[in-house]
Amino acid sequence: MSTTIIETKSALDTALRPAAEAGKQSSLEVTDYDNRQTVGAITVDHPKMVCRNVNVYYGAKQALRNVGIDIGANQVIAFIGPSGCGKSTFLRCLNRMNDTIVTCRVTGQLKLDDEDIYAPVIDVVQLRARIGMVFQKPNPFPKSIYENVAYGPRIHGMVNTKAELDELVRASLERAGLLKEVDKRMNDPGTSLSGGQQQRLCIARAIAVNPEVILMDEPCSALDPIATAKIEELIDELRENYTIVIVTHSMQQAARVSQRTAYFHLGDLIEVGETDQIFTNPKHKLTEDYITGRFG
Amino acid sequence: MAISQDAHTVKQFDLQLANLRNLVLEMGGLTEDQLKRAVTALDEEDMTAAREVIFRDRLVNGMQAKADDDCINIIALRQPLGSDLRMIMSLANTVTDLERIGDGAKKICRMAVQIYDGVSSPPSAKLLRDVTPIAALAAEMLHDCLDALARLDVEKALTIIHNDDELDQEFQSALRRLITYMMEDQRTIGHAINVVFIIKALERIGDHCKNIAEHIVYLVEGKNVQQRRNLDMSLAMSAQDKSET
Repeated sequence: MSTTIIETKSALDTALRPAAEAGKQSSLEVTDYDNRQTVGAITVDHPKMVCRNVNVYYGAKQALRNVGIDIGANQVIAFIGPSGCGKSTFLRCLNRMNDTIVTCRVTGQLKLDDEDIYAPVIDVVQLRARIGMVFQKPNPFPKSIYENVAYGPRIHGMVNTKAELDELVRASLERAGLLKEVDKRMNDPGTSLSGGQQQRLCIARAIAVNPEVILMDEPCSALDPIATAKIEELIDELRENYTIVIVTHSMQQAARVSQRTAYFHLGDLIEVGETDQIFTNPKHKLTEDYITGRFG
Repeated sequence: MAISQDAHTVKQFDLQLANLRNLVLEMGGLTEDQLKRAVTALDEEDMTAAREVIFRDRLVNGMQAKADDDCINIIALRQPLGSDLRMIMSLANTVTDLERIGDGAKKICRMAVQIYDGVSSPPSAKLLRDVTPIAALAAEMLHDCLDALARLDVEKALTIIHNDDELDQEFQSALRRLITYMMEDQRTIGHAINVVFIIKALERIGDHCKNIAEHIVYLVEGKNVQQRRNLDMSLAMSAQDKSET
C-alpha cells in the first residue's frame, strides 16, 4: 500500500511541478512562512471592540505579538489556529481574565466602545459582566439550576423583587434554549443536567447579567453533535443582541457559526477575513496549510 | 507556487486527491481520442470507426460517474477546504464538461452514420469543407485545455478563454455558407442540416473547453471568471437601463 501512495504522490508532484515553476499565478498573496504581517482587513465598519498592538507575556516568554483586530458589533468572529498559537490567550485578554495569572503581562490597546478596558479606573468585576465568558468544560456552580442563573443578577443588584428575578431567570433560560427542558426542575442541581444542557445553562448564566460581548472558549469541544448543533443554533440567535467571540478547534464549526475568522499562528495574528473567504480562498500560505490539513 | 506542494498530514487524503486528478486527466485523454476518431471517421467515411466511437461513449460516461462518486466521497469524508475544496469543485465541474465533449464526439459520429447511410448519394465535398478547419480548432482547444489542467497553467487557460471567439466566428461563417448552398440547391438541404449539427457539436465542444479553462482559473486563483463576466454584464445592463429611463 505504502509504495502505491509514494508512487502516486510522486506522479502528482511531477504533474504539479511545472505550475510551481511557472510561479506567476496563485490565489495566495503571501507564500512566505516567515512573513508574519497580518493579512486581510483588521478593521470593520461598526466595531464593538478595538484592539491594537496587543502583546502578552507569560514571565519572559512572549505569547502574543502585536495583535491588532476589530471585533464587529453583532457579529460572530471565530479564532482558529493550532494549539499554543495564542488564540485563547487573546480571548482571555478581552475581559481581563489574564489578570488572574500572576506572571501574565498585557501591553497595547484594548477598547470596548472607545473605553480602554485596561485603564486603572475600570472595575474588573463590572467589565466581566459586560463581557461574559463561556468555557470549554461546562462549569455550573454546585447550586440549583435556578440559582446558577440568578446568582449574577443578584450580586450585581440588577433586580429588586423575587418576581423580577424569576422573570429574568426564565427569560435567560429561554434565550439559551433551555427553559422547556428545565421548567419543571428548577431546583435540581445544575450538575444533574447533561453536558450539553450544562453548557447552555452556563450560557444562560452569562447572558443573565445582560452582557454586551460573550467570549466562548471552545464551548462545544466536550459535547456530542446534537448538543453542538443546539449551541451553534443558539450562537446564531444570540448574535442579534450580542457580539460573540468564539475560539474553536473545529474549522467546520468556525465556518458554520462565524461571519469573520481570524487565524493565529505561534503568537501572531496571521490572517483575518470574511469566513467564506478564509475557508475557500485564504491569502496566507500558513492559513492555507492549516485549513487544508497540511501541518499542525 | 500555484497549489500547495506539501503533503497533507493525513496521507490517505493525498492519495485520494491524486487518484481523482489522474482519473479526470485520463478521462480527458479518452475524450480527446474520441473527438479525434470521430473527425477521422467522418473524414474517411469509415462507419465502423464511427460506430465504435458511439459505443465507446459509455466508457466516458462511466468515468464521469466514477469521478462524481469520488468527489462526493472526498467531500463527505474529508471536508476539504481552501485549495483542496477548489480542486474538488473544479474537477467535478470539469468532468461534466468532459462528458459533454464526449457526447459531442458521439453526435458527430451519429451524423456521419446518417450522411453515409449507403442509400442516399454522399454529399458534395463543398458541404463538408468547413468541418475540417472547425474540427481542428476544437481539437486544439481541447488539447490546450487538458494541458493547462495537467500543469495548472493559468496563462494558458486565460488564452483559451480569450480565443474562443475564433471558433465561434468560424462556425458563424460556415453556417452562412451552408445557408447559401441550401438556397441555391434545395437537394442539399438534407445533408446540409446534418453538417450544421456537426459543426454545432464542434462549436459546443469549444464552449465546454472554455468552461474547463474557467474551472482551472478558479482552481488556481480562486477567482470565478464566469461570475465576474456575468456580473460585469449585468452591471452594464442595469447602467444602460438607468440611462434609458
